[in-house]
Amino acid sequence: MSETAPQPKTAASNPPVQPIASNLLPSDVVRISATKDVPQPDRQLTKVAKLIDVSKCIGCKACQSACIEWNDTKPEVETNVGVYENPHDLTPNMFTLMRFTEWVNPETDNLEWLIRKDGCMHCEDPGCLKACPAPGAIVQYSNGIVDFIHENCIGCGYCVTGCPFDIPRISKVDHKSYKCTLCSDRVAVGQGPACAKACPTQAIVFGTKEDMIAHANERVEDLKSRGYENAGIYDPAGVGGTHVFYVLHHADKPSIYEKLPDDPRISPVVEGWKGVTKTAGLAVMGVAAVGAAIHGIFARANKVDEHEEKEAEKLVSSGGSDDRGAV
Amino acid sequence: MVRPVYSEPGDRIESTRPVTVSRYRGFIRANHWVTALSLILLLLSGLAFFHPSLYFLTGLFGGGQTARWLHPIIGVVLFVSFMVMFIQLWRLNLPTPDDKAWLNQIGDVVKGNEENLPELGKYNAGQKFIFWGMTLLIVVLIVSGIMIWEQFFGELVSIPTRRWAVLTHALAAVAIILVFILHVYAAFWTRGTLRAMTRGTVTGGWAYRHHRKWLRELAGRRQNGPAE
Repeated sequence: MSETAPQPKTAASNPPVQPIASNLLPSDVVRISATKDVPQPDRQLTKVAKLIDVSKCIGCKACQSACIEWNDTKPEVETNVGVYENPHDLTPNMFTLMRFTEWVNPETDNLEWLIRKDGCMHCEDPGCLKACPAPGAIVQYSNGIVDFIHENCIGCGYCVTGCPFDIPRISKVDHKSYKCTLCSDRVAVGQGPACAKACPTQAIVFGTKEDMIAHANERVEDLKSRGYENAGIYDPAGVGGTHVFYVLHHADKPSIYEKLPDDPRISPVVEGWKGVTKTAGLAVMGVAAVGAAIHGIFARANKVDEHEEKEAEKLVSSGGSDDRGAV
Repeated sequence: MVRPVYSEPGDRIESTRPVTVSRYRGFIRANHWVTALSLILLLLSGLAFFHPSLYFLTGLFGGGQTARWLHPIIGVVLFVSFMVMFIQLWRLNLPTPDDKAWLNQIGDVVKGNEENLPELGKYNAGQKFIFWGMTLLIVVLIVSGIMIWEQFFGELVSIPTRRWAVLTHALAAVAIILVFILHVYAAFWTRGTLRAMTRGTVTGGWAYRHHRKWLRELAGRRQNGPAE
């Protein structure tokens, strides 16, 4: 291994035949779950992104197959209940899922078949990472990829609570959390994600975030010229933008695409839990414990004296009555 | 026989010279320590998930994964053992008019001037506060805890509900730790108290000083009760 992999700018390129060294290193991590003061890396990787243009998606699920194949997962075979989603939901073995919506456009009275590829959005401000209690179980690289480091995962499900998109799934087998990695292992060696590579219509494309935004803008313009006047980019600012983002023909109503959140952000409840509760809670408990210990050692104890022992004997021998009378 | 007002039927004066009084019998003491041990284990494992600086505490349990599955199981043990204790203790922990007088003179309580306080039954208002505080918080913790028990109840509530549950669980945990600290502190500060939960008995002087109505009732019962 002599050469280091280039940073990928497309998913279309073929891998080199000779082995190359990874170019996504532990030192490229900018955020680590449950870890303060992560040393900032000495290089900044180019921000990458996967663009999903729902207007070009034909619902073939090649992306799902490629995902299963590359990640070597084995989603359970389920029962057909008369819907197109297969499997029925994201699972620990299915990191991406085509979600189908039959939507009647009230303006045209046309039935529109909306297909969205669901999966981790790789938020710039990841709620999973913020909620995670296990140091090093979730990391964010300087190219924007949010990755789960399974050996550090404890399976508590806090990432599920933190995620604004309902993405992580906890395995019942090894009790670890799973989601799309943005094929960090492929990106590390200069390749784009498997789903983008497999997509026959290039509804999924991959590259630098900058290139993808430029491409998305072209797509939006094209859609507008075709009468989709509300076409737009879904790159939600509430989570600082995402490294998987959409071109939607109805960008004014994201929720029609099988409950894509209109304005996703980390829930204030989660922020409150991981913010003031955590800090103030620890401080209050610490002060109470230390204060009680110090006071317990130095303060005058509440002691029973000899006189009271004698009084007790008197009280008992008199059958409970003394100068204050019987009960 | 008339049901005692200030004492449990099982409380009794064990010896007279010096006076020792049986306060807790074997079962309740054993059960109390099951609750106590569970609470301590929950506190250690829970704090590990609460704050990253305390994550190392998972090492006591053999790592994060083990601490994660063990914590809720210990929670169930605590809930069951506490409920048994609740059934045994709730009656004498109901508020009485004496509690108000006691609380009004909380300054004398803190200074240890017990001669200024009203005579009390088996529990004072501080002990009752701990009892009801623990009861309320344990119920809140078990309910919110089940809602966030990923392993068995991951699908039980919606994710927004789960967010509230996890926040509630954390706040209730902080509160119960404060109550726990108060409980342990008071048991140490009030010398002669711990033996009630170890040997099961207290000295006559302790009962006379802190819970005179209780002692008085036991003394009366001893004299009027059936010959032993």
